[in-house]
Amino acid sequence: MQVFQGILFIFLIVCAVSVTFSKNLLNSIIIFMSYSLIMSIIWILLESPDLAITEAAVGAGITSILFFVTLKKIHAMTDMTKDQKKDNQGE
Amino acid sequence: MSRLLSEEEYRKTKAYRMKRWYHGDKDPYISKVEMKPQKPFKEDVELQRKRLHDELILNQRIYDVEHNNKILAFRKFYRFISVIFVAALMAILLYMVSYLPPTGDATNPDNNEVAAKYIEDGMADTGAVNIVTGMILDYRAFDTLGESNVLFIATCAVLILLRLDKNEKTDTTKEEEEENDRLYEPKNDIILQKVAFFLVPLIIIFGIYVILNGHISPGGGFSGGAIIGAGLILYLNAFGFQKTERFFTQKTYKWICFVALSFYCLAKTYSFYCGAHHLETGIPLGTPGDIISAGLILPLNICVGLVVACTMYAFYAMFRKGGF
Repeated sequence: MQVFQGILFIFLIVCAVSVTFSKNLLNSIIIFMSYSLIMSIIWILLESPDLAITEAAVGAGITSILFFVTLKKIHAMTDMTKDQKKDNQGE
Repeated sequence: MSRLLSEEEYRKTKAYRMKRWYHGDKDPYISKVEMKPQKPFKEDVELQRKRLHDELILNQRIYDVEHNNKILAFRKFYRFISVIFVAALMAILLYMVSYLPPTGDATNPDNNEVAAKYIEDGMADTGAVNIVTGMILDYRAFDTLGESNVLFIATCAVLILLRLDKNEKTDTTKEEEEENDRLYEPKNDIILQKVAFFLVPLIIIFGIYVILNGHISPGGGFSGGAIIGAGLILYLNAFGFQKTERFFTQKTYKWICFVALSFYCLAKTYSFYCGAHHLETGIPLGTPGDIISAGLILPLNICVGLVVACTMYAFYAMFRKGGF
């Protein structure tokens, strides 16, 4: 169990660092989602299941959905695909 | 017996004006405040020449980043200082961490009589097997009321920011509207609809289970409400606004939040008023472990769950459509 917890902590740190270094906003939201998911498993291992349920529902679920909708609202997602299309056509 | 006023007399009363103001029919500026139309912007030749000249100087001397030595120096300086600042902050914080007491030590300051009181007397005082719920909805019920109110206020703020006026005409093209996609819902994705058809009832039932068992097993109003909210959002995504508006509109949201928050206030007013001294409600606590036990905790859990579920759904609906 100790080893498993260590692996989870390493994942957590990797997620936290890669959120900041990711250039793509969509990717960083998905990484943030996985961060919350790992965090909720760690909460269970730390024997606080109340927090684990809340973290899984709010952190991994609702917050990421709201982030996605915000990205859509500020046209960060659609513009990206358009640019990629333009690039592909240009090539 | 009430005296009936004629239509003209009623129009003069304050109640009528209040009603018009409340419904937004009356614009107080019309025919009262005179507004001068703005003069069209004109620019004579001399001014235009000056402006172009200024712009040219700005672009050549100041915004020319590659040759402006001041900006280059500032950028280097900024990077250097920010690295030093972050390193110093990290060093200070790590140094402070070394002063913290070791984890799990018996003489730590957090192992005091407060935690001991909750663990020893929690079940006898509140009747809740889950001590965490007993704490947040009985000993610390005032804090939870504040949290629910914060959610409600947050929804109000988002409503102010994102609300779309129905009368407002937007000059958007069809392509933009399709991108915005709130008018072209639902997309009728067959996979999403089939999955939602099976999953949404399960998710909502699980949320209800978490709320109702808040005082027995892990969970409670906040997490259960978030789960129900997530189920509603999935349903909305699959089947569109027309289906959800049959059972959930702005009116429903207002009433649910109003009833839940005011029930919470009324149920706990006495102990809030006494400074949380008289926690006894007079309701028998029942056998610990039953669903109907623990006095007021179960109804309070349901209230918090309703507020949270509605708020989560309302956030999503307002981000998507600008209203619900």
